Parts: sequence; structure tokens; C-alpha cells
Amino acid sequence: MIIELTVNGEPVTARITNPGSLLDLLRDELGLPGSKNACEQGECGSCSIILDGELVCSCLVMAADAADSSVVTVEGVSPVDGLDPIQEAMHRGGAVQCGFCTPGIVVAAVDLFTRNPRPSRTQIKEALAGNICRCTGYGAIIRALETVATGAET
Amino acid sequence: MEIVHPNSIDEALSEMGDGAVPLAGGTDLMVEVNFGHVRPEHVVGLRRVADLHEWDGPRIGAGVTWRRIETHGPKALAEAARTVGSPQIRNAGTIGGNLGTASPAGDGHPFLAAVDASIELTSAAARRTVTWSEFFTGVKETVRRPDELITAVHLPAELPERQCFGKIGIRNAMVIATVCAVVTRADDGKTTVALGSVAPTPVRATRAETMISSIANPTSSDLAEFQRLVSEEVRPITDHRSTEEYRRHGAGVLTRRLLERCLA
Repeated sequence: MIIELTVNGEPVTARITNPGSLLDLLRDELGLPGSKNACEQGECGSCSIILDGELVCSCLVMAADAADSSVVTVEGVSPVDGLDPIQEAMHRGGAVQCGFCTPGIVVAAVDLFTRNPRPSRTQIKEALAGNICRCTGYGAIIRALETVATGAET
Repeated sequence: MEIVHPNSIDEALSEMGDGAVPLAGGTDLMVEVNFGHVRPEHVVGLRRVADLHEWDGPRIGAGVTWRRIETHGPKALAEAARTVGSPQIRNAGTIGGNLGTASPAGDGHPFLAAVDASIELTSAAARRTVTWSEFFTGVKETVRRPDELITAVHLPAELPERQCFGKIGIRNAMVIATVCAVVTRADDGKTTVALGSVAPTPVRATRAETMISSIANPTSSDLAEFQRLVSEEVRPITDHRSTEEYRRHGAGVLTRRLLERCLA
């Protein structure tokens, strides 16, 4: 079957032959490897995307079920020439170690700041509860996002 | 593989039957797909069925997400919703999907058991409502037939004002319950105690309920007896997540603390 969807603002057509995930479609068929594949069971958050306005794990979305939906991946977060303020703050704050979890954290943080431009430290931690950093670099990540929350970097 | 995207319940029901796999939030089904445990051929995608998203007082549509319940649900159900997976899981996962999976550890189940909720099952031919205790028949087994969809959860019109959810797990977030429980207490002392992860289905600790319901102002020795009864009544197993002994102990301690919160 053929599905149509919008990815990062662009209309996309994809051929679906199996019940596989939207994550696989994004990475293997649509050339968007920013969303990472780690646990395939929604535990790690490294494949986080925004589907029709909601933050979800793309590994838990059946690609066929994304028909006629609007998807934003980490590739669609930043402006053409530069970084989103969240990416900028994480870059400046050294909030990246191995980097594998970073795309998912960026997308989860974008979702948080869209809903709540001034989150508290606790709200930041709760919003990132579904994103695992196995380097355990949470301290720098949370501090960087706090600078976005307080406007310290802008 | 084919998928259909019905827009109404009637359309969805006409697609149900042997081999049809209903897909709600996908948070359980896709784990099975990703690990090669199932390969559905006929998927009924329910995300676009607007009727399933309706929430009218005590009738919660099966497609209502945990995110919505977290912010709009009755107190103890909202507390349970807040512990379901992560923000990503709560945005996708639904109360109906939780029931369809019928995991012994489902975080939403103890509340439904504690308030004697009913589950609405609908087929193209008929609609029936079953009590929570009829609904669950075993580990990940329910009375839902292949031609039926879970369409709603019915709560009683009046809920006890004092109600608390609690969960024991190895982390604060993104954790499957080692023990989860809800305790409610009405003004006349009537107490209900429901637990998850301590038996093949959600259970009520009826002996503990009866004992504590008759006591207006429980003393510490009453609470200790309540805790002992709960621990005695549950039927946990030892598995990769915990041991029978720990779950039995945890069930008693957790429900006693929830009761103390209700009494405070």
C-alpha cells in the first residue's frame, strides 16, 4: 500500500509492505537518520518525534498508521541556517557526550518549550523522563535547558 | 499487510473479526512487532475514530490517552496515569489499549477494580458491559471476542472522595510496577483495596477491606492487621522483576501507606 504523509513540512509518499515502525521508514526509506534506533520498545526515547503535535516514540508508531499525519523529526527542528535555541543551549552547555540520545532529547525539549516556555527544573526532569542518556549526562542537559527556561542565553 | 483507518465506530466494527488486530496507541503492539513476536496482516487503526476519544463524565472513551487522564481524571486514576511509561508513552497509550493488553502490571487497572468500573465491549451485532472482574480472565487474557472492540470504560457516577494510587518500582519513571495499588475510603468507612502485579489479574483484597471498613478510627494495631491481611491475600509470583516474598511484603506496606493517606 502507498501512504502519504507530511515530514518536516514536506509532502512524502511511501510504499508500505509490512507492519514495521515509522522509525524504520524515516531512517531506511526517507533518509532521515536523526531519529535513533536503540531499544525498539519505547523505553529510551532516542527515536522521539512529534506526530500530529504530540511527542511520541517513532518506534512505537506503525508506519502504515502514520498515513495522512504530520511528522516533525529532529531534522525539522532547526532553522535552515543555524540551530534552534535549545540546540544552541545544549551546544554551549556541553550537554552532549556520546550524542546518541541527543536528537531525542532535543525533540522532547522542543515539545516541552512549545507547551511551557518557562518550565521549572522539576518540569524539565519530568519532561525528559522518557529519554535515557547512558552516559548519564543529565546534569549538563538539565542545566542547559534551564538556561533556555530563564532566557539566560537569549 | 493491510491497514484500514475507519472514521466511525460502525466502520471499525465492520472490520473486526478473526485475524483483525486493533491498533490504538501502539505502545504494546509495536513492541511485539519490533521483536518479531507478531506480524499482523489485517490492522484496524483506531486513532481516527472520533467517538473513541469522547469522554462524557463517568464514561471514558477507550481512545482517551493517559496524557488526558493525567490532567483530567479522577484523583487516583490521574495519579496512576502520571506513572504510565513516559510523556511519549502517555501521549500515545490509551485506557482502552491498556485494557486490551490486560497486563497483570497495567497501571490503570487497580483504580478500575477499586471503584468497580465496567468495560464496554461492542461488536457489529451488539453492545455489552462487563464488570472489571468478569473482563480480566488471566495474564493478558480477557473476555473480548475477536469481533469486539473495547469502546469505553464506565465509572460509577459517585466516586469516594478519598482515593490514592501508589506504585512500587525500581525507578521513578518509565517503570513497570512491581506492585501497584489503589485504596479508596468513603465517609462511612467503606474501604476498597485493589492491587496490580500481584496476581494474574487485578485483585481486590476483600478480607482486608471488610476488616478495616468496620473501624471508624483505625489504631496502629488495626493498620498492622490490615497490612498483614493484604499481604496474605495477594497471590504474587517470582519473576525477572521481583520475588513473591518482596511483592507480598510490598503489597501490604504500600496499601497500608495509601490507607494512611486516605485517613489523614
